[in-house]
Amino acid sequence: MNFWLELTVSALLMIGGIFVLVGSIGLFRLKDAYTRLHAPTKATTVGLGGILLSSVIYMSYLQGYVNVHALLITLFLVITAPVTAHILAKVAMHHKVKTMKSTQNEGLVDKAREQKAVDEEASSKNKGK
Amino acid sequence: MSLLSRMLPTPGRSVMLLVIWLMLNVTVSLGHIILGSVFAIAIPLLCAPLQISQPRIKKPLKALKYFFMVLGDVVVANVQVAILVLGPISRIKPGFVAVPLDLTEIKPITMLASTVTMTPGTVTAELSKDKRYLYVHVLQMPDDEQEVIRLIKDRYESAIKEMFQC
Repeated sequence: MNFWLELTVSALLMIGGIFVLVGSIGLFRLKDAYTRLHAPTKATTVGLGGILLSSVIYMSYLQGYVNVHALLITLFLVITAPVTAHILAKVAMHHKVKTMKSTQNEGLVDKAREQKAVDEEASSKNKGK
Repeated sequence: MSLLSRMLPTPGRSVMLLVIWLMLNVTVSLGHIILGSVFAIAIPLLCAPLQISQPRIKKPLKALKYFFMVLGDVVVANVQVAILVLGPISRIKPGFVAVPLDLTEIKPITMLASTVTMTPGTVTAELSKDKRYLYVHVLQMPDDEQEVIRLIKDRYESAIKEMFQC
């Protein structure tokens, strides 16, 4: 196998592996549900992307034609990852999950739950009408 | 023409289904093309009654540019989040912001929300019922929360607006 090809594949595998590891560390270290969402959703996109890309290159080299399975995995991952993250955050919000002490603007959670207007004055004006 | 448009309510989606079917089977043999075509025609026909009319992307080139911009941002985001996660936890200052929206249709808003979730330290948590605000959780809140709102509005929302021309 060509040296440069080998180098590219292993570099991509390393980068992917490091990012997936960082994602897991984040899941372990961060303190509340919302911040914990950030680590895996972000780290896995580049992490898995790198691993899948290296798989595409390696398998294409072995088989002699472009292997597209891994690309499809990336496609489905990119479509589903944001939706799951959004739904998890939404559920956390509506269940009033505890937040980290340093969280700012916590009042917005209640406003989002009760569908109040963000600026209170506007909502009172609307009620007046 | 009317028969053709009735048979293929969404031509783009049919082509996409066929291509994905062929990609899943890693083949271009005649049998799979025929089978894939049957699926590509039958599935959109079955799903046609469920369709809600949505605005279409009017500038595909802009969409492609947007895709690569987001791709670059995702990579940068990963590095930023990785540094934050590996550093001391006490330095992390999370927070919520409410982003006022100019977009009104569901499809562009979905695109914006997905982009926000994919990129630097932000996750969308809720869309207000009147579709006027997007509630976003930010991993590292800058001192001025307007910065986050400005970033989302100027970088992503304006690009999506151009794409859909609304």
